[in-house]
Amino acid sequence: MIFTSSVLRPTLARSVRLNRLLSTLTIIEHTGGVLAPSNLNTLSAAKQLGGPITALVAGSQASKVASEVAKFDGVEKVLVANNEAYDRGLAENFSDLVAENITKGGFSHVLVSGSAFGKNVLPRVSATLDVQPINDITKIESEDTFVRPIYAGNVLATVKSTDPIKLITIRSSAFEVGSTGAGAAAIEDAADPKSAPTSEWISENLTKSERPDLGSATKVVSGGRGLKDKENFDKLIFPLADSIGAAVGASRAAVDSGFADNSLQVGQTGKVVAPDLYIAVGISGAIQHLAGMKDSKTIVAINKDSEAPIFQVADFGLVDDLFDAVPKLTEQFKK
Amino acid sequence: MSLRILVPVKRVIDAAVKPRVNKTNTGVETQGVKFSINPFCEIALEEAVKLKEGNKGLVESIHAVSIGPTKAQDILRIALAKGADTSTLVDIGKAEAPEPLAVAKLLQKVVEKENSNIILLGKQAIDNDSNQTGQILAGLLKWPQATNAAKVVVEGDKVTVTREVDGGEETISSKLPIVITTDLRLNEPRYASLPNIMKAKKKPLTAVKPADLGVDITNRLQTVSVNYPPTRKAGVVVGSTEELVEKLKANGSL
Repeated sequence: MIFTSSVLRPTLARSVRLNRLLSTLTIIEHTGGVLAPSNLNTLSAAKQLGGPITALVAGSQASKVASEVAKFDGVEKVLVANNEAYDRGLAENFSDLVAENITKGGFSHVLVSGSAFGKNVLPRVSATLDVQPINDITKIESEDTFVRPIYAGNVLATVKSTDPIKLITIRSSAFEVGSTGAGAAAIEDAADPKSAPTSEWISENLTKSERPDLGSATKVVSGGRGLKDKENFDKLIFPLADSIGAAVGASRAAVDSGFADNSLQVGQTGKVVAPDLYIAVGISGAIQHLAGMKDSKTIVAINKDSEAPIFQVADFGLVDDLFDAVPKLTEQFKK
Repeated sequence: MSLRILVPVKRVIDAAVKPRVNKTNTGVETQGVKFSINPFCEIALEEAVKLKEGNKGLVESIHAVSIGPTKAQDILRIALAKGADTSTLVDIGKAEAPEPLAVAKLLQKVVEKENSNIILLGKQAIDNDSNQTGQILAGLLKWPQATNAAKVVVEGDKVTVTREVDGGEETISSKLPIVITTDLRLNEPRYASLPNIMKAKKKPLTAVKPADLGVDITNRLQTVSVNYPPTRKAGVVVGSTEELVEKLKANGSL
């Protein structure tokens, strides 16, 4: 009995302590009131942690977004900063807002999607709080231990944070999509430090597309150097993608050569995707490209070079001239 | 206002090398492995040199700094050969590589010492893939930040940066001083010529220790283990597009 209690007691004490202390703040990403799909992946990561979840929404459309976020399954409270100063997600004042709400709310964990926005803002928060942030996690082992890919995804590091506050960005493709509709969270005003912005937003040039969002699409068709020019890229890759309702991606070589827009780059320094189906056309499969797609469920490679490294990760490989194979495949997909 | 540019550069395992996990699963094998300057740092350095070359009198100085083992002086020499004027090595000896938070704190001290007013650094190191140092440094200094820069224009004390963001680009503008992190498409880094490599040997390289700067570089994250990701099972080569469609239908992909 003595043995049993000595083992049990610390365990119980620990779980009680965790329940009291663990509380998570998730930073909601939206553009002009339209929620980014990745918020739901971040939410499911937050739910894995187990503590109460608070969501922070900021911007001139914050109230509208907050009422949607309040329905997210698992969110207990939504903090709203209705202030147009946060509309463009500028890191300087946004990070002040986040830091202020972490301090006020006493959160132990802060999660945000590892998007361009999350990666821009969250590390700056860590300067205020003096903690080392943890980037792009793919797995939660426990409340302080996380797995993250390093070296272009060739290595997985399991790290244990000794900081009192865990500032974390989430690799969306590694977490399932959380559900909406069941929740009824309380909506409250956030602490708003109203810091003056130190930079000014001038303009944006976003690629307009009717196709699914690359980061969250279930199917992706990507083109590489093998397409030779932009005309071929447009003529072959887009119809192939459209025939199965896929998003379009590109290798760095294709982007650098001007075949496709920068925002379509899949890889270590571009987007990381993990769709059900990834079709790589004319892509050799450099380490840096594989980093962005090798967790896809099924990978198809179409390349005339049978030695291309892409075939080492492909479930189905077709060694053929893409200029013959892609139009055929497009026709057959349409049927 | 003339620019005193600071360019932090990192020594990393060469981008073309596939890293190997060590036998004890505590880190990545570094013995006998080729090291290079981090590609994003090269782009940052190139941008500093281009600002200097393209605008007469705009750039007062370019100072390169690296935080790493004694061998990191090799990449500082490359930076000097490519156009940096002076350099600092923060020699960590055999200590574990410091995390972005500690690196940012060390850089903050160098910024103060060099009186820098613009910091150009890579958006991420290709070894730890953190993408944090520039943002943390900007936060510590309370300077504006422009990350993932695809274009940088300096006019007087105004800096306009076009950033690569999800879905496209955005342009922001700030006043000096500023921290800028560079994306891949900002420029095409030059090679160092042999005469410049020779000249670089005479350029100043000051070595300091983290303790000299009063910064504790103890890591906040303990590495529990380092492993390879699960390998994918071998795929099959199909003979025709028809067979491919069949297989995709059979496994539920279509």
